[in-house]
Amino acid sequence: MTSTHTTSGASGGARALRAKHRRSALRTAAFLSPWLIGFAVFFAYPLLSTVYFSFTKYDGFRPPVFNGLDNWSYVFTDYPLFWPAMRNTLWLVVVMVSCRVVFGLGVGLLITKIKTGAGIFRTLFYLPYLAPPVAATLAFVFLLNPGTGPVNVILDAVGLPTPGWFTDAGWSKPALTALAVWGVGDLMVIFMAALLDVPREQYEAAELDGAGAWARFRHITLPNISPIILFAVVTGVIQAMQYYTQPLVAGKVASGVIGGSGQQFEPGYPDKSTLTLPQVVYNVGFQRFDYGAACVVALVLFALSMAFTALLMRRRGGLIGAGE
Amino acid sequence: MPRTGRLTAAATLLAAISVLATACTGQGGNTAADDPGKDVTLNFWHGWSAPSEIKAIEENIARFEKAHPNIKVQVTGNMTDDKINQALRAGGDKAPDVVASFTTDSVGKFCNSRAFADLNPLLKKSGIDKEKVFPKTLLEYTQFNGNQCTLPLLNDAYGLVYNKTAFAAAGITEPPRTWSQFTEVAQKLTKTSGDSYEQVGLMPTYHGYETTPMRLAAQWSPTYFGADGKSNLAKDPAFAKMLTAQKDLVDKLGGYEKLERFRNTFGDEWSAEHPFHTGKVAMQVDGEWRPSMAKEAGVPFEIGTAPLPVPDDQAADYGKGYLSGTIMGIASGSAKQNASWELVKYMTTDTEAVVAFANAIHNVPSTLAALESPDLQVTPESKTFLDIARHPKSGTTPAQADGGTYQLTFQDFAYAVEKGAVADIPAGLAKVDQQIDTDIAKAK
Repeated sequence: MTSTHTTSGASGGARALRAKHRRSALRTAAFLSPWLIGFAVFFAYPLLSTVYFSFTKYDGFRPPVFNGLDNWSYVFTDYPLFWPAMRNTLWLVVVMVSCRVVFGLGVGLLITKIKTGAGIFRTLFYLPYLAPPVAATLAFVFLLNPGTGPVNVILDAVGLPTPGWFTDAGWSKPALTALAVWGVGDLMVIFMAALLDVPREQYEAAELDGAGAWARFRHITLPNISPIILFAVVTGVIQAMQYYTQPLVAGKVASGVIGGSGQQFEPGYPDKSTLTLPQVVYNVGFQRFDYGAACVVALVLFALSMAFTALLMRRRGGLIGAGE
Repeated sequence: MPRTGRLTAAATLLAAISVLATACTGQGGNTAADDPGKDVTLNFWHGWSAPSEIKAIEENIARFEKAHPNIKVQVTGNMTDDKINQALRAGGDKAPDVVASFTTDSVGKFCNSRAFADLNPLLKKSGIDKEKVFPKTLLEYTQFNGNQCTLPLLNDAYGLVYNKTAFAAAGITEPPRTWSQFTEVAQKLTKTSGDSYEQVGLMPTYHGYETTPMRLAAQWSPTYFGADGKSNLAKDPAFAKMLTAQKDLVDKLGGYEKLERFRNTFGDEWSAEHPFHTGKVAMQVDGEWRPSMAKEAGVPFEIGTAPLPVPDDQAADYGKGYLSGTIMGIASGSAKQNASWELVKYMTTDTEAVVAFANAIHNVPSTLAALESPDLQVTPESKTFLDIARHPKSGTTPAQADGGTYQLTFQDFAYAVEKGAVADIPAGLAKVDQQIDTDIAKAK
């Protein structure tokens, strides 16, 4: 009898514990529900829909019809814009992101060192970031116009070669990179905040040990701001993956094709060199009415961004100091 | 899962999802059986934006509303094709019932996807024989596979606009009629300045505004698709001949790179800074609107117009040209299709309406009756374009299931040819054919 009582008591305790856990889980779910609903409606549903539509023939007007791997095979083997867009996007991810981070950090470092007039320089470097992307791109197309642009006029005056910039397939991506670097004000501000947060006493101790400027930067500044560098790289990669407006506007304006009756503009001028994956998603989905193929490209973009972010997060051990 | 792993997974997923911004949604349409005699308000979207054009369309709508007091028309202008496409997909009360678009190339997609209603039954019900109302070429680009999902609303004819004063200065007495004369005249009119130009006879590159491969190819009377529906670019020698002739012209006028650099000094096509207005080019491949735009810009020279030259072996066909234009259709998702038809019928087939609209915006009328109407305002410049529109051998680019994608594929190849990046044009055209057939099969 005693043992029965003991078992019954233990069972009752377990039930109470389970009920407590259930209440706790429900409470947690209740607090999480706004995010969960948002995630389900705005992220999970579109994601699953995209996967579903990638296996269908769907033009947005008629109901989708299952067509197996047709869209996947078309995008990878027959769609002529996919691989150029992929190459350009990867180029921008590597080169443009690197340039933005290096330049943003460099400007941040310089401005934190300036004793007088730092506010003016800070404003000057931050202002371009506020320019709307279309206006900034139009300004760059004007500045870098190979025929009349002031940049080539100056280059010519000092005896340097004058590139074709947005009209030359070899120079169009560097021109886009220059545009991205010009608008680096957001990164500059973030880096400045991180740099000012580095403990002064570490620099003082290093100086006492005879460390030079490079050694101080390498062994004190970099380890302290490495989480911020990681943040800048990850957000930069995502931005580069979503790069749409600037290359589209630059290509369209530089090509001179506006598109009237019986006249079409295909993005990527010149020679598909400014074509990016988001432009391809728009082109194939909304201009060619092929949602299925557009969903395939969107999923490729999704997988790429996952891969890049996972790689960077795994490597963060090398970027973030041992103390992190 | 360790903390690092969880963080990596969460950050990765969120970052990736933030990139995936495409949500694929949409809905189909249905045919309405509304009574066009009842009070109704129609949504009409169009792309015109200039004040004179807006005024012209409002006047046209006012005349329609006077004749149909039960139908009110809510007009929305300055609509791009992309916005129109989205609204047609979304449907609903705010979506357009009637649409006018400049992009004839989209007709194949609109018909193939059933975005626009087939107008054949409505034409039949109204007793309209479309073959007797519209020129054959215009019917070609407004239907696909027998589905007349749009009708022509004004026509654009392409010819040559030239600077008579520059012609006189170069001792040229009349516009060129054949391609070899054209090349010769273009060279005579070209004046270099250092490593650039003071004036080019013609900007021959395909980015020279309206100088597209399709416009030029029309002079060779090409056949884009064979009887079997397959792309015909390699089989029809017209394409290779046109590409070769254009490349030769590019080379004779200074080469691709030099010309493209000069092209980058040009102003906007629709502004007073157009290079024809500023005297940077002496001849322009253009539509019927250019002479009046040049006059409005106050050009200090005399303007002449002529058909585009033809290949030397087709001299007898001089006078033909490329045709396209504005199209008008009814959204298949509209519940007011019969009332919408009243508007479309009025704007596209009523001679008085078509003539008044053509006069107001200096376009070529799109019906056979309007082309012959005594009310049509004809100037010496516009007569050239009216004649091109009437010419039996004037051509267009046919509607296809993939819209204008096949043209873009051809255009892309033409860009490579003019740059000198193609060694074997026929072999290249065979590859273009393959790509076009693949794209069309995918679209179908």
